[in-house]
Amino acid sequence: MTALPSKTDKKLGLVIDLDTCVGCHGCVTACKGWNTQNYGAPLSDQDAYGADPSGTFLNRVFSYEAQQSGCASQTVHMPRSCLHCEDAPCVTVCPTGASYKREEDGIVLVNEDRCIGCGLCAWSCPYGARELDREAGVMKKCTLCVDRIYNENLPEEDRVPACVRTCPAGARHFGDLGDPDSDVSKLVADRGGFDLMPDLGTKPVNKYLPPRPKDQLETAPLNAVADEPKGFLGWLDKALDKL
Amino acid sequence: MHPAPSVIIFTTFSGLGFGLLAWMGLGIPNVGGMTLLAFFVIAYVLAAGGLLVSTFHLGNKKNAIYAFSQWRTSWLSREGVASVVTLLLFGLIAMARIFMGAEMAFSGVIGSVLALVTVFTTSMIYTQLKTISRWSQPLTPILFLLHAIAGGALLAGQVKIAGVLLAALAVVMWLHWQQGDARAANRGTLGDATGLGHLGEVRMFESGHTARNYVLDEMVYRVGRKHAQKLRMIALGAGAALPAAILLLTPAGHATAFIALALHIAGAIVGRWLFFAEAEHVVGLYYGK
Repeated sequence: MTALPSKTDKKLGLVIDLDTCVGCHGCVTACKGWNTQNYGAPLSDQDAYGADPSGTFLNRVFSYEAQQSGCASQTVHMPRSCLHCEDAPCVTVCPTGASYKREEDGIVLVNEDRCIGCGLCAWSCPYGARELDREAGVMKKCTLCVDRIYNENLPEEDRVPACVRTCPAGARHFGDLGDPDSDVSKLVADRGGFDLMPDLGTKPVNKYLPPRPKDQLETAPLNAVADEPKGFLGWLDKALDKL
Repeated sequence: MHPAPSVIIFTTFSGLGFGLLAWMGLGIPNVGGMTLLAFFVIAYVLAAGGLLVSTFHLGNKKNAIYAFSQWRTSWLSREGVASVVTLLLFGLIAMARIFMGAEMAFSGVIGSVLALVTVFTTSMIYTQLKTISRWSQPLTPILFLLHAIAGGALLAGQVKIAGVLLAALAVVMWLHWQQGDARAANRGTLGDATGLGHLGEVRMFESGHTARNYVLDEMVYRVGRKHAQKLRMIALGAGAALPAAILLLTPAGHATAFIALALHIAGAIVGRWLFFAEAEHVVGLYYGK
């Protein structure tokens, strides 16, 4: 079971546009909501209303600043979740067969009825995409909303992962990255989509689109309007100093 | 990495136990009757006790039986299978030797090989992780195996052999740290991890979460790095160099062997704590750590 399939029929995954993401964390909230009420054990919180709250999330948004020397810095919001790698190390290290990659669509899932919560899969993941749920004691990870995308009880427009459906900026795209003619594959080709940490050999399916180049301001920052108060304000300043 | 006490106790003591079994399979020490029974009990308590303790950090123990199923791909599963097979075989060998006076020479050799294979599978659980470059080096299995056979020789009363093996262990420990430091220094930058390096120097603006989480608790554990140099000296001195000197330079005796053993176990525990505590996981880069 924990052997990886030699090939998958589809490579379902996400394409995340770092140029468009505004870092609102809407995807984080939508993910937590859907995955707490559906597939598998709920994503628990510990001490949720206390002094030291923490909890399990499958998707988190990090914000970074990039700066060339002498230029203005650029803020980049980077959502991170499971990349559904083709060579997923989290699958092969699993001793119980709980961690597996589906042959039909390439989604990496955890069978919670077999998971012993040893945490080795999380150690093997370079991306911090797996979190052990402290309440259920089983490993949680992005399911690519496997219970939405094939769910015929939902209207068709809702049959995408919750994070994609909710993104107000349109920064998240879902599709088959194994099909070169799919919209997501074309997007990756057009925008130069890239893999996270490709040298670790995980071959991620999810791609990130780099921020578009920004123009730089050629003008100097504005001077301060008034350093020293003059006139009435100058008198008031001195008078107050003397008080 | 988070140094879970259960994993430190497990790798240290079950390593010692399987190391002792590796010597006993070859008929060393050459004893019989109740003395041999006592040796088997010590080896079993160490090896099986360590394995039992390792289950304490599992989040969901009720599924533990499935951990024997994935030996084709998973080193952790292989370790489970190898340890159970080894312990079962040595159970038969022990009964035949103690109660029937049989020599069991051939199965003893097989048992010794299996005991070392078990220690090797333990080491591969860590060596296989490309995400922790300090561990993913060829010296890691050698370090674990030397710990086992040197500690095992000491327990088996082979003081001069143990002295030589502990001296070799001291060298391998030092080399492992040198290699590990070089590998850890090469694990890259935040710019490499995010793929944003072409935009300039990348720094963290805001983490994805204000609270702690599993990833931070487990994989961005950094307390061990503060005193790493001092702890290395303690681990190397107490765990290998000092006991080696005692065993090789003083006349053999129960008192010196006991002091050497106590020092070795204390040093090995410090070394194993540090093995986990100072290891840098590549996911730390995303946190700028």
